[in-house]
Amino acid sequence: MKKFVRAPRSGIGLAVIGLVMMGFGIFRGEVPVVLEKAINICMECIGIG
Amino acid sequence: MGRRKSTNEWKRHGVQALWALLTNSYLIGFVQGRIYKGKLKNLCVPGLNCYSCPGALGACPIGAMQAVIGNWNFKFAFYVAGFLMFVGALMGRFVCGWLCPFGLIQDLLNKIPFPKKIDTFKGDKLLRKLKYVIFAVFVILLPLVLVDVLGQGAPYFCKLICPAGTLEGGIPLVLLNNSMRNALGVLYAWKNVLLLITVILSILIYRPFCKYICPLGAVYSVFNPLSVFRYRVDKEKCTNCGACAKACKMQVDPVENANHPECIRCGACKKACPVKAISN
Repeated sequence: MKKFVRAPRSGIGLAVIGLVMMGFGIFRGEVPVVLEKAINICMECIGIG
Repeated sequence: MGRRKSTNEWKRHGVQALWALLTNSYLIGFVQGRIYKGKLKNLCVPGLNCYSCPGALGACPIGAMQAVIGNWNFKFAFYVAGFLMFVGALMGRFVCGWLCPFGLIQDLLNKIPFPKKIDTFKGDKLLRKLKYVIFAVFVILLPLVLVDVLGQGAPYFCKLICPAGTLEGGIPLVLLNNSMRNALGVLYAWKNVLLLITVILSILIYRPFCKYICPLGAVYSVFNPLSVFRYRVDKEKCTNCGACAKACKMQVDPVENANHPECIRCGACKKACPVKAISN
């Protein structure tokens, strides 16, 4: 508990902003783009495309 | 050189290996030469882990970021940027030290004995800025600007630089697929040369890819001074003996800055401190 109290507010604040940004990204439909890229072999990534 | 006090790192390597196994546990992929296509790939993993690795269960955040930025529909990746901000704000570069499979590979390569290991060299500090340039140019700018007729940008970091993709995805998939072997060209050769250079340098220098190239490390390093998980030096206990700085393979002096952007939270400084002045 002591460690949590000593945690910098900036870190907690940024983590919350990060969560909000993730939520916005999910809301505007970015996740299917991630999924589509990740479930197909990325030929460029492995050096073939 | 050779002044570093050795610390037992096998506990950390155990955690790294366990995490690598956990996030790459689609083992059938390594046998059949295919990748996992399930819904877990909606989620990013915190470390650099190619999603075209046959075992990968999650998406690489750097690859995912380029995919969304390069998509004609979006041009900014709130989901991935938010994920990186969330993880970075909580842990900083703890991810690099404990949860990155490519970090583990470099750690192990550096254990290979070599007569003259290199701790630092002229231009080392300047070269560490290169990872920020690589992030800005290859992860953000090029996928955004260099687009095809449909307005789609390629993942230029993955395509032109990332040796993790070659090692984790390229080599196993090419070995296991005839059709891929027939499609090999200059790009594959180029990426294997980069991988070979990374492997050789990793034997000589501790984590050269993390220090100079990794865009993910660049992102997390920005959060290091602000993150919830952080190191603290008790100035009253500290005797300024310098043992912590000598133990640090990333060449950070914790007494000067316990949360330096280059610190990967490996804990070597904590173990080396004779008076236990460093805590988290």
